Amino acid sequence: MDEIRRLPARPCRPTRTPPSRPLLPALVATGVALSLLLGLGAAGRALPPASVDIQDSKYVPQALTVAPGTTVRWINRDEETHTVTSATGLFGSAGLDLGEAYSYTFAAPGVYPYTCDLHAFMQGTIVVK
Amino acid sequence: MDRMNRRGFLECMAWVGTGVVWTATGGILSSRVLPAAAAELTGGSFSFVQISDSHVGFKGQANPDAAVTLQQVVGKINALPTPPAFVIHTGDLTHGQKPGAFDTVAEILKGAKTDKVLYIPGEHDVFVDGGKEFLGRYAKGGPGWQSFDYQGVHFVGLVNVLKYKGEHLGALGGEQIAWLKQDLAGLSNSTPVVVYAHVPLWAVFPAWGWVTEDAEQALALLTRFGSVTVLNGHIHQALQKVEGNVTFHTAMSTAFPQPAPGVGPGPGPMKISEEQARPMLGMREVRYVLGTTPLAVIDSTLA
Repeated sequence: MDEIRRLPARPCRPTRTPPSRPLLPALVATGVALSLLLGLGAAGRALPPASVDIQDSKYVPQALTVAPGTTVRWINRDEETHTVTSATGLFGSAGLDLGEAYSYTFAAPGVYPYTCDLHAFMQGTIVVK
Repeated sequence: MDRMNRRGFLECMAWVGTGVVWTATGGILSSRVLPAAAAELTGGSFSFVQISDSHVGFKGQANPDAAVTLQQVVGKINALPTPPAFVIHTGDLTHGQKPGAFDTVAEILKGAKTDKVLYIPGEHDVFVDGGKEFLGRYAKGGPGWQSFDYQGVHFVGLVNVLKYKGEHLGALGGEQIAWLKQDLAGLSNSTPVVVYAHVPLWAVFPAWGWVTEDAEQALALLTRFGSVTVLNGHIHQALQKVEGNVTFHTAMSTAFPQPAPGVGPGPGPMKISEEQARPMLGMREVRYVLGTTPLAVIDSTLA
């Protein structure tokens, strides 16, 4: 609550602060803003960014479970080129060189297997639920 | 010529990459260190150069810029005492097939003092679009396999990476093998044949995809010839193998070395210093001397 109490005062110069400004609307507004920032809004969704490392010709983690609407970001940590290629053709990257990334947002629940076009032994799965 | 025993062979192997003539006669492999005096080619003979796996776009511990080492290899080509009749690039021109990468390769190789540069694709050249850009550029949209005759030697370029996607193995396919049969049909058994393709046409290490699954069918068409030289890339190191009259060679990369077959966790780029990598990068000069069937193969490095 310390943070909430301090917030209304911050943008205001002391000389311009209305002396009798009601505290409640400010508290409500701040609370809503904080809720949105923390991802705890009306929809009830917590969507932290999800990422998969491509390392030593493996997807790490090999299987990742995320909520609908999550954007998954793959980053290639290998010197070798890799791709992220959906088994069904739903999503697919170009060749990712060292340090390059690819992102895809998973809207619908389901199981999404993928592989690397250059290394068929590389297999990964995104589970959306 | 002395027959070579295992000890002698291993001693010669130690010289690979430092300037050695490899000669195959009747299936016996022999070699000698290349003396400077042997550098000039006499009339009626010719040479060509094989380069491979330039992987332009690669940056890693062993090489911060693969375009620079390709440029250095062009410098080595231009320093040869006899300019090569042509240069054959056996694939993986680019690392990630990024926009403009093929232009960079073509621009660098424009600087090579030779009449022509021939290209066949590696899997890195076709994985993004199934070969559309590569074949549009270098094969007029055709399938990419090719053949031609040069001073009595028959050259055949094969494409074995278009099925690589998903299966991780080289493959030629029935259509190409039928074409090869037709292509070789009119040749006499004494015609020297040079075959080039990206993925090795012999099973170097199948678990890493270092094999062409239907190569046997192509090789069966070649066994009748007195001299067959097979030039491949893909595995970023020089290896040789002799089977009857067929001599197989894989080439060094101009970009980065890969580990010996099956050594280490996988076939990725070796994580070594630039200084350690340079003796493992380079090019290959192949010489044909008129009147003799063996082709001499000379590997040289950037070290």
